[in-house]
Amino acid sequence: MRSWLAQHGFAFRDALGRFARHLVPSVFNIVVIGVAVSLPLSLYVTVKNLGAVTGQLDAEPQLTLFMVPEASAEEAEAVGARLAQHPAVGKQRFVPKTEALDGLRRNAGMTEIIDNLGRNPLPDAWIVSGRGGDPATLESLRQEAVRWPKVDHAQLDTAWARKLDTAVRVGRAVTLLIAGLLAVALAAVTFNTIRLQILTRREEIEVSKLIGATDGFIRRPFLYFGLLQGIAGGLAACGLVWAALAALQAQVGPALLALAPEGGLLGLALPEAAAVLGVASALGWLGAWLSVTQHLWRIG
Amino acid sequence: MISLSSVAKRYPGAHEALRDITLQIERGELVLLTGPSGAGKSTLLKLIAAIERPTAGTVTVSGQNVARLSKRAIPYLRRNFGLVFQDHKLLYDRSVFENVVLPLRVAGFDGREAASRVRAALDKVGLLGRERSNPISLSGGEQQRVCIARAVVHRPSIVLADEPTANLDAEYAREIVALFGAFHQVGVTLMVATHDVGTFAPLTSRRIELRGGALVP
Repeated sequence: MRSWLAQHGFAFRDALGRFARHLVPSVFNIVVIGVAVSLPLSLYVTVKNLGAVTGQLDAEPQLTLFMVPEASAEEAEAVGARLAQHPAVGKQRFVPKTEALDGLRRNAGMTEIIDNLGRNPLPDAWIVSGRGGDPATLESLRQEAVRWPKVDHAQLDTAWARKLDTAVRVGRAVTLLIAGLLAVALAAVTFNTIRLQILTRREEIEVSKLIGATDGFIRRPFLYFGLLQGIAGGLAACGLVWAALAALQAQVGPALLALAPEGGLLGLALPEAAAVLGVASALGWLGAWLSVTQHLWRIG
Repeated sequence: MISLSSVAKRYPGAHEALRDITLQIERGELVLLTGPSGAGKSTLLKLIAAIERPTAGTVTVSGQNVARLSKRAIPYLRRNFGLVFQDHKLLYDRSVFENVVLPLRVAGFDGREAASRVRAALDKVGLLGRERSNPISLSGGEQQRVCIARAVVHRPSIVLADEPTANLDAEYAREIVALFGAFHQVGVTLMVATHDVGTFAPLTSRRIELRGGALVP
């Protein structure tokens, strides 16, 4: 156990030492990895913000039944009772014409226009959300409800929200695809870095093998190097995304807040940043492992 | 300790480097392996250290058939040996200390115990004051002594030396020979390949002569 710890401690110090000795190329490698990782990461953050916006928009489909303008309160009640017994209906809410007018009046500039109208042009309405959230059941309810007495027309109110939702889904898929491609790139960058290091340390590897080093012993410092480079690259990527968000918020300022989800733009949460570091370090390790194993196989 | 039976080695596309070698080396023996260059001395040492595999016959070290060892087992076999090379095979990107400590690192020693063993080995070869030097700043004889310190730092039971005095002045060579004599005194099994029997004359040793890949009776 002690010798195991000693071996790992030695390999870790060796890897750190090499980082320090080749500072400039190491930093450039980290920048390359950081930029590569920050691309899918910033896409991810964008999609996350869009997703939050559509979530707040209530992507859950809603059906609005407008009564004919001259319908009485009793007739509206009758429609309400039919809705309450319908199996497709989850929740229903009555919006009387006075409340609808008040809502309109709250919008800036509308007050004067409404006061000039003299009478309320708005109908009573029922707002219905479906049971189970399947848009198809609401669609059949819509077709049924337009034929009910005193129902003027019925409007399924989800088309554009669903389009946005689809866009978010596509965005997620594209993010995954790019992340996959750049994961390969990250492993390849590490593979090449380690290959160059092996070339400059050929003698050391040869001598170590002659005096009884196992493949594991030879591999270990390179694996630590790949791991450290991956972590550093992941940190750089998180830093880049954070800086980009900060710059965006400062540049575009309040105008952006209109598009942003309530409570401002979403950044990277701690578990997400930890996942990025984990994946980046695993890929660095993998690239290093492939590189050393290939070399050992060739000389063995 | 070491035994070879009907061993042959042929390199692909080349002549037979060794043929029908059968010999036995006991624990604590000092063996001089002599013969002109190209006689197969280096090949014989390489077979014992599992650097090469024989094309025929068996090589046994401490009861283990070296030729049959799996790739994974070879590193552990090598730790029984101290290897001294004609060209030293020192690493010039690090200090004398870092060179000598390498076999201990490989075996999992670190820290104070490793440091004290390295100093003991350097003391034995008379280079205690030079542990921080880079080997490139040392003379050929001193570099060979660093190589010897690295070969014995992990206290191997067998030391294999391939032409350890080939590139050295007579005086340096005498120092190396005296060192081998000292190791022999403390019971280390030694096999030294050399084409220069005269230099090793002061040591009482068994001689094995090779010529054209075969033993000279």
